[in-house]
Amino acid sequence: MDTKLHVSASPHFKGSSTTRRIMLDVIIALIPASVMACVIFGMRSMVLIAICIATCVLLEFISRKIMKRDTTIGDLSAVVTGLLLALNLPVDINPLIAMFGCLIAIVVVKQMFGGIGMNFVNPALAARIVLLVSFPGPMMHWVTAAGAPKAAAIDATTSATPLAAEPGVYSYVDLLLGRCGGSIGEVCALALILGGIYLVVRKVISPIIPCVYLGTAAVMSLIVGLDPLYQLLSGGLMIGAIFMATDYTTSPVTKWGKVIYAIGCGILTILLRAFSNMPEGVSFSILLMNILVPLIERATAPRTLGYIKKKKGEQK
Amino acid sequence: MAELSFPKRPYRTKGGVHAPHNKNTAHKESVILPVPSMVALPMTQHIGAPCKPMVKVGDIVDVGQQIAVSDAFVSAPIHASVSGKVKKIDKITMPDGGKVEAIFIESDGEQRLSPDIHPPKVNSLSDLITAVRNSGLVGLGGAGFPTSVKLNIPSDKNVDTLIINVAECEPYITSDHREILENSWDVISGIITVKEFLDIHRVIIGIENNKPDAIKALREIADSKVDPNDEIRVLPIRATYPQGAEKILIKACTGREVPVGGLPSDAGCLVMNVGSIAFIARYLKTGIPLIWRRLTVDGGCIENPVNVIAPIGTPIKDVIDFVGGYKEPPYKLIMGGPMMGIALPNDDLYILKQNNAILALSEKEAKYSEPTACIRCGKCLDACPMRLQPLELANAADRGDTDGLKFYNVMNCMECGCCSFACPAKRHLVQHIRMGKALIQKAKREEIAASKGGKK
Repeated sequence: MDTKLHVSASPHFKGSSTTRRIMLDVIIALIPASVMACVIFGMRSMVLIAICIATCVLLEFISRKIMKRDTTIGDLSAVVTGLLLALNLPVDINPLIAMFGCLIAIVVVKQMFGGIGMNFVNPALAARIVLLVSFPGPMMHWVTAAGAPKAAAIDATTSATPLAAEPGVYSYVDLLLGRCGGSIGEVCALALILGGIYLVVRKVISPIIPCVYLGTAAVMSLIVGLDPLYQLLSGGLMIGAIFMATDYTTSPVTKWGKVIYAIGCGILTILLRAFSNMPEGVSFSILLMNILVPLIERATAPRTLGYIKKKKGEQK
Repeated sequence: MAELSFPKRPYRTKGGVHAPHNKNTAHKESVILPVPSMVALPMTQHIGAPCKPMVKVGDIVDVGQQIAVSDAFVSAPIHASVSGKVKKIDKITMPDGGKVEAIFIESDGEQRLSPDIHPPKVNSLSDLITAVRNSGLVGLGGAGFPTSVKLNIPSDKNVDTLIINVAECEPYITSDHREILENSWDVISGIITVKEFLDIHRVIIGIENNKPDAIKALREIADSKVDPNDEIRVLPIRATYPQGAEKILIKACTGREVPVGGLPSDAGCLVMNVGSIAFIARYLKTGIPLIWRRLTVDGGCIENPVNVIAPIGTPIKDVIDFVGGYKEPPYKLIMGGPMMGIALPNDDLYILKQNNAILALSEKEAKYSEPTACIRCGKCLDACPMRLQPLELANAADRGDTDGLKFYNVMNCMECGCCSFACPAKRHLVQHIRMGKALIQKAKREEIAASKGGKK
């Protein structure tokens, strides 16, 4: 035989799924929300999305170069981070502030901890919180959405978010279609649910986290005396439950770990919404649960096939 | 003893992956390879102690003559597969890289049967075990565990179920499938023999549901009057890899779990490959030991994929030339299936007893991909049939962390490769886990050595 053969340990077959394809699926799932952002807030939101994606990809490229590591922009994860961050910002934010957010997300949270798969909190969420704390004014300046009810208006151009508004201002339909104030991507619950269904069908995410998160939040709302459906559809809960809490790197890999994590997120979200000064609690609760993930995982290791739990007092 | 029932449908098993089936040779009649001009018979073609040659260079041997034997309990004798002259006894490199002595026999083309061959007299279980030992039979599914040891069930174990493994879950391989279609009566008569002597009253033939013709053929016989008490039943199981792994098959067929570190007999089961069971029937009838086997020759680089019946020890080159040679230069040559088989360094090796396939894979099929960072998607957990956490195991192995490896039960991994197959980051998970298992074994050996040293 003339040709040299390749030799390696088994398996010799590999499946077709790739990191890039998964990230592409997340981007596809976010398209409805992005399109709705344009419809609701105009072309300015498209510009914001473009700025965030471009900055994230560029920063990822530069930081990998500086750290003398191989380029990873091909896996599209920086695009996802940029897109998610943009969807979590108000439409009239100063582009420089948005770019600062990208810096926090990509350089500080992601690359400084080792790049994709190593960040201990969700980069887009961490960036959003940094911006929220650093620039509370611009970060909570909610431009009136197309078709938003007049009663929600604060002045000529802005209106309250559903969580800050008087009860009864927004109807459920307003919230589903995004006719309310808020970050560009979080307002239209319908588009987000559509994206979530796509992710579940494509088996990119398991439905455990979003379902348990939303379920817990609904139950908690009842307990503290809030309208469950209104709570689910308003603010960042939908985008948080479907796209943020399900982030692979910062959510548990075990089945029961996912359940515990999602319950924790749900309880914290509603507690923060009901009792804290902030109108919103999704970002903080997911971030907190992110940090608990290693502990949750260790506590919920699955029982391996044939493993018999030793009874108390049994000697071996 | 609780009443034994036959499951209507398989029990639920977790994990597994949908590897492409590629059963291209399932509907092609097996072809018989002409007698090769030279065969090489390595002294280890089984799990256990290597055999010692009983012949010298220059001896004339007959077909079926015992030429190597071992006294060890876990071993299997080796028989000449052609008649002719012993040319040399020399070390050869085995597929796994180890060097093993092999007997080279130059064929005289006569295929003279040894005068010692006569059907064994079997009246009791110990007769059967002796006969199987003398036949040189090892598990033909790939692992090569001596069948006589398997049949010799310790008296403290209560085995009530015989499971016949026809899952054949590896892509490409169809040698068991062809065995059923071509020798279905041997399969059933082998089953009846084993079950009578072991006094087992429940036989489940676990067969993947992608072989409807084989299921039909087996059912026709199993439901006929050869099985008056209806103790042999065919159970179609899910066609996902690795349904044919012993522990998974036991779970699918009986719902029982083999304890960690235990054997199938701990779950009351005896699992046998369909090829082995059919061989037992033939051996009892004819007395011809294990000197040939059916193997699948396939892969993207094979001109004319087909099942070949070849004498054991045939050079792989001869087998490939016989089926029409390579269509294009192969990227990888594999002994066994693409999920667990061994990649060969060249085609200058020989067919072994437990060798169920030779695959010549093209670059497109078996392309090596560079691993990238783990994104913790958890797909390896979903794929793991043993419900382990491959990502944690691989990380612990990478760190050399034996405590971590033990915490995540590394020794329960059966190295099926589902995690590596499923990983979107193309990480070499099972490869790392193998390293981790080696680490644990090394630590154990050192511990034993240290404790012995301390006593002295």
